[in-house]
Amino acid sequence: MGGKTTFYEVVRQRGISRRDFLGFCAMTATYLGLGPDGAGILAHAMQTKPRIPVLWLHGLECTCCSESFLRSGHPLATDIVMSMISLDYDDTIMAAAGDQAEAIISDIIRDYRGAYILAVEGNIPLANDGMACIVGGRPFKHQFDEAAKHAKAIIAWGTCASSGCVQAAKPNPTKATPVHKLVQHVPVINVPGCPPIAEVMTGVISYILTYDRMPELDNQLRPKMFYSQRVHDKCYRRAHFDAGQFVEQWDDEGARQGWCLYKMGCRGPTTYNACASIGWNENTSFPIKSGHGCIGCSEEGFWDRGPFYERLPDMHQWGVESNADKVAAIGAAALGVAVTAQLGATVVQRVFRKRKPEEQAEHKEPTE
Amino acid sequence: MTQVTTPNGFTLDNSGRRIAIDPVTRIEGHLRIEVNVDSANVIRNAVSVGTMWRGLEPILKGRDPRDAWAFVQRICGVCTGVHALASVRAVEDALGIKIPANANTIRNIMHLALYVHDHLVHFYHLHALDWVDVVSALSASPKATSDLQQSISPWPNASAGYFKDIQDRVKKLVGSGQLGPFRNGYWGHAAYKLPPEANLMAVAHYIEALNFQREIVKIQAVFGGKNPHPMWLVGGVASTINMHGTGASGAPINVERMNLITDIADRAHTFISQVYIPDLLAIASYYREWFKYGDGLASKNLLAYGDFPSKANDDSNSSLLLPRGAIINGDLTKLHEVDLRDPTQIQEFVPHSWYSYAGSNAGLHPWDGQTELDFKLGEKTRKTGDKIEAFDEGGKYSYVKAPRWKGHAMETGPLARMVIAYASGNRRVKELVDGTLKKLDLPLTALFSTLGRTAARGLEGLWAAEQLKEEIANLQAAIKSGNEATANTEKWAPSTWPREAKGVGYCEAPRGALGHWIRIKDEKIQNYQCVVPTTWNASPRDAQGNIGAYEAALLGVPMVNPSKPLEILRVIHSFDPCLACATHVIGPDGGELTVAKIL
Repeated sequence: MGGKTTFYEVVRQRGISRRDFLGFCAMTATYLGLGPDGAGILAHAMQTKPRIPVLWLHGLECTCCSESFLRSGHPLATDIVMSMISLDYDDTIMAAAGDQAEAIISDIIRDYRGAYILAVEGNIPLANDGMACIVGGRPFKHQFDEAAKHAKAIIAWGTCASSGCVQAAKPNPTKATPVHKLVQHVPVINVPGCPPIAEVMTGVISYILTYDRMPELDNQLRPKMFYSQRVHDKCYRRAHFDAGQFVEQWDDEGARQGWCLYKMGCRGPTTYNACASIGWNENTSFPIKSGHGCIGCSEEGFWDRGPFYERLPDMHQWGVESNADKVAAIGAAALGVAVTAQLGATVVQRVFRKRKPEEQAEHKEPTE
Repeated sequence: MTQVTTPNGFTLDNSGRRIAIDPVTRIEGHLRIEVNVDSANVIRNAVSVGTMWRGLEPILKGRDPRDAWAFVQRICGVCTGVHALASVRAVEDALGIKIPANANTIRNIMHLALYVHDHLVHFYHLHALDWVDVVSALSASPKATSDLQQSISPWPNASAGYFKDIQDRVKKLVGSGQLGPFRNGYWGHAAYKLPPEANLMAVAHYIEALNFQREIVKIQAVFGGKNPHPMWLVGGVASTINMHGTGASGAPINVERMNLITDIADRAHTFISQVYIPDLLAIASYYREWFKYGDGLASKNLLAYGDFPSKANDDSNSSLLLPRGAIINGDLTKLHEVDLRDPTQIQEFVPHSWYSYAGSNAGLHPWDGQTELDFKLGEKTRKTGDKIEAFDEGGKYSYVKAPRWKGHAMETGPLARMVIAYASGNRRVKELVDGTLKKLDLPLTALFSTLGRTAARGLEGLWAAEQLKEEIANLQAAIKSGNEATANTEKWAPSTWPREAKGVGYCEAPRGALGHWIRIKDEKIQNYQCVVPTTWNASPRDAQGNIGAYEAALLGVPMVNPSKPLEILRVIHSFDPCLACATHVIGPDGGELTVAKIL
């Protein structure tokens, strides 16, 4: 393997001061929620560790995860790729093609058995003997199985790899199957979102490299640090929800005031993701801030929970006994708009308290 | 066959050595290319195999048409947004919805930002390594590199010290033995012609462009909330404007947001004009022979649907900033009219695709298409174990269908757009094209080539960066005149819709002409079909044996070493392939079929 390049050495080579480097560590540690010692631990890791090989395979997908990853501002994608990891295979950006590309996979499996990370973007079609995705003349499933078997850990990028996403929406014609359902004995981290937020993707990688362990995961194998709170919990428009101030139709006065998009179908109340806290494109915005409701793209099965512009309590498929239309109708007649909103909020909260155990049961079952 | 001549005028000979490149990397999606080379290693036969499909159209059936944009946007995350744009336009066309002028301008801004981003990333991160030898950069003189940089551009990152730092960084990477994405590259290949200094300069800009590209898409994030996959809206845009009043700071578009996008657009224009274009010209000047190789269909048949309406709800050529039209048999004096609604114009054929039509091999217009998955390998397919060594182009061999315009195989993309705009007399495009050809001392016909395609994309990137600034100024002017409307909600409620409707929406994606055809019945999607740019370009043969743009462009290209297929990558990458998905699948009920391929 020759010399071992650490992240710190490379940033210093590029003329970045030690002070800036430590500032970067502090900022990243804060985003990762690592506590008071986090920055020091991160800095130490980046100054001492060699780069871990990563194989980044693509199944049925649209490459939005790769594109998102390249948008990362801290750390920069260039720094990750050139300094933090060794991204030996990623068909979106790699120089080699054909036989030269294929050889890399077998070389890494041979030379780094049990010591490389497999990153998977997209999912694996099982219908028609897996021939809906052919790579190197073979079903993608075969390439995936070989690479998965000897990996140290697997990162399932995006909703495709985590839970199926759009091609697994009903009727799932290709029988697109998420990664964790096809892997045994190798830990899997799901990083859902269509795509996931860039700094969440690079945050997961930095965390693994820094602490040399998997982040703490929830029952859907998502890192708790990024997926344990709802968009609604941290939304900058939340005060308008609580105050009963809603956008009633597109481009109305409420929309111009930045009021709550709940009535326009916003899925913020049922979506566990960091959009409202970390934000998109280096916190430039997130969907609600730009005036459109959340469509819940990090949630399993979200495509089948439409129409997206129908407001949440109309969604019966989660086992909600009382739908909020009834609640809202009573509220609107008897109590007026502001109180309706509060009732709505109560219903939503109740739904979520109820939903958790069902969610756990649901996720053990394979989807169609 | 050993040697045949196709009806569209190409001679194919599959008697020589067969080579497969799979995966073709630095593209979107999964593509395989097979070629036969003769004894002099010149390509004499080419086979383009689309190797994935995802089945989105049956998934769309029965859904709310206002949701369709979100589904189809997931066809591609690289040219993110283009399918959403085509989709909202298709639904608006079907339902007769007129969008406000600001919504049209904002969509243009988002779409132009994508052009700038996508073309830049394509050049540096998907295509440059076909021309730039990263390892050669290690032997460059930083001082000479600095001189070279300063001779071609006022770009400030030009000191010898800067290039020394970049060189040290690459040295460290190579020295570590862990080359990451540069592992197993074709370094030292005899087809690389750049001097070490040009290589070092290009490597520096590879890194700079990767760091800068994330800024450009923030324009999409401002209006759409995120990128990739911003949010869209049937009837307009969701990003409401509040420039003057209470609550403006919490509104999607306010003065701070306008300042942000203005700043980004300025910086993007600077980067394109001071880095991308000078690099493109510098690299091209060392590879002049590549203005001869890779023509294919380019000098014959070009197609563009046109885009960027300057007037909302007006897609006539007098409104479109990039015009619609077709050029046939290289006659630039005659621009043919293209009608996406005419059932005799755009048709798709499947004799060599993994689909079948009931009872006939006739072409079908997308509104009336029916398709059934039919994964079957030709009898001459060669396999070893689970691995297909060679597909049989005599049989079915791709998930890509063969679309034809009035029976012609067509090339689409930036080259087609620039040539069609040129032929229609677009002044700025003429200036850009003529100026560039003059600098390189090349005739107009040099455009019909691998580097012609690459150059057209760069020039279009510059055009888009200029137009982006103009559209932002237009939005600013409209707001100043008191117009802040962004959405038309008259027909938002499904109860206002006709019981049955059909529409077509289209746009020019960075990779070429993109069309979506929708049928709506009882407030739901009855049928949804997409014909996408790479379907045209990566098309397999049709029933008459006409070959598509990729296959045609590879013919006659000489290879230095067929086992290291750099030349094939050059030709194929010049099209910027996007093999996102192919979705011609039978409906779940076995009844009416939902059609579409997406490639």
